[in-house]
Amino acid sequence: MKIAFTTSGDGPDAPLDSRFGRAPKFLVYDLDGDAWQMLDNAQNLGAAQGAGIQAAETVVRAGARAVVTGHCGPKAFRVLAAAGVTVYNSAAPTVATALADFRAGRLAPARGADVEGHWA
Amino acid sequence: MNLAIASGKGGTGKTTLAVNLARVIGGPVQLLDCDVEAPNAHLFLGGPARERRVIGIPVPEVDPHRCDGCGECGRFCAWHAIVSFGTTPLVFPELCHGCGGCALVCPRGAIRETERRIGEVEIRQVDHITLVTGRLDVGVAAAPPLVAAVKAARREDVPAILDAPPGTSCPVVATLRGADAVLLVAEPTPFGLHDLELAVATVREMGLALGVVVNRMGSGDDRVQRWCAGEGLPVLLEIPDDLRVAQAYSRGELMVDAVPAYRPLLTGLLARIADLTRATGTVRAR
Repeated sequence: MKIAFTTSGDGPDAPLDSRFGRAPKFLVYDLDGDAWQMLDNAQNLGAAQGAGIQAAETVVRAGARAVVTGHCGPKAFRVLAAAGVTVYNSAAPTVATALADFRAGRLAPARGADVEGHWA
Repeated sequence: MNLAIASGKGGTGKTTLAVNLARVIGGPVQLLDCDVEAPNAHLFLGGPARERRVIGIPVPEVDPHRCDGCGECGRFCAWHAIVSFGTTPLVFPELCHGCGGCALVCPRGAIRETERRIGEVEIRQVDHITLVTGRLDVGVAAAPPLVAAVKAARREDVPAILDAPPGTSCPVVATLRGADAVLLVAEPTPFGLHDLELAVATVREMGLALGVVVNRMGSGDDRVQRWCAGEGLPVLLEIPDDLRVAQAYSRGELMVDAVPAYRPLLTGLLARIADLTRATGTVRAR
């Protein structure tokens, strides 16, 4: 199973980014293969709208079944839910800490978006 | 005659110039308030709307029985207003620009279009001025379809003055497209020049005849005029920084009514605009 983490850095010790749609990158960890994959999300940083939807498409196409991030807005959550991806909100300082929390079962699945959209 | 009045920076005096030009023009004129996110020309002309049209755009509706989840619609949509992962697509109407592409590319004919309201067009008659106002609904993001609706309400046989939104983005381009000439209103300040440069680049890209009006002369310096001279851009009018004009504006009055001395300035501007469009070959930016 693959888990996508939002981050601005390049590895597990980098900070967990609090934003989902406008996170600079996603680090995707494969629980089965113990391998990391980097997904660029730079195209969404400057998007006026639809960033969450596009980010959700990116992680779904990468095969992630879970997303660990600071916050997730309503449109992204709708897309992720439709694709069967579980969202976990985390305030962990780094990706590695968030992964450890996930492994230890300390993260609860989000039941909905935890922030408003950034427009409208 | 199709004259658009635009600016890079907001608050430079586009509407002031547009409503006052409409007032002094000899004969019937249409004033199109294309600043649909913040229309204000009606505040200066008053009068009740004689007509109100609801404007909508077509948004997709998916028939889940026909859809086989191929995802073509989602791959086509540049705005991510329709998203599919091998299942019936999710639709986000608030992101849809109404282009109809998803319905066109759907191989199963599973997408039909329904109308989504985005705003209104109001029409007023004030003396010789027909004012067409676009008013985008609160929360609607895509202004260009409403700008197009405002422009569609104009009659070809009557001259039109188009009051553009500030900036250089899509709603501005939608307003300027098809104009015979563009007046850019600028303030004589560093900020004013910076945004004028952006606006000039936009108008040049569109290949439209272009003139500059400097407003509130005396509140800054001559950097706008110097830059325009270097660029070969005609400065067609300089309007002084005049407390009487500001006071009239704050009461919703027209400059040419409150201070009649401005009337000849604006009729002179109309003559220079006519020259500008006649000399399109020499003034046209590209």
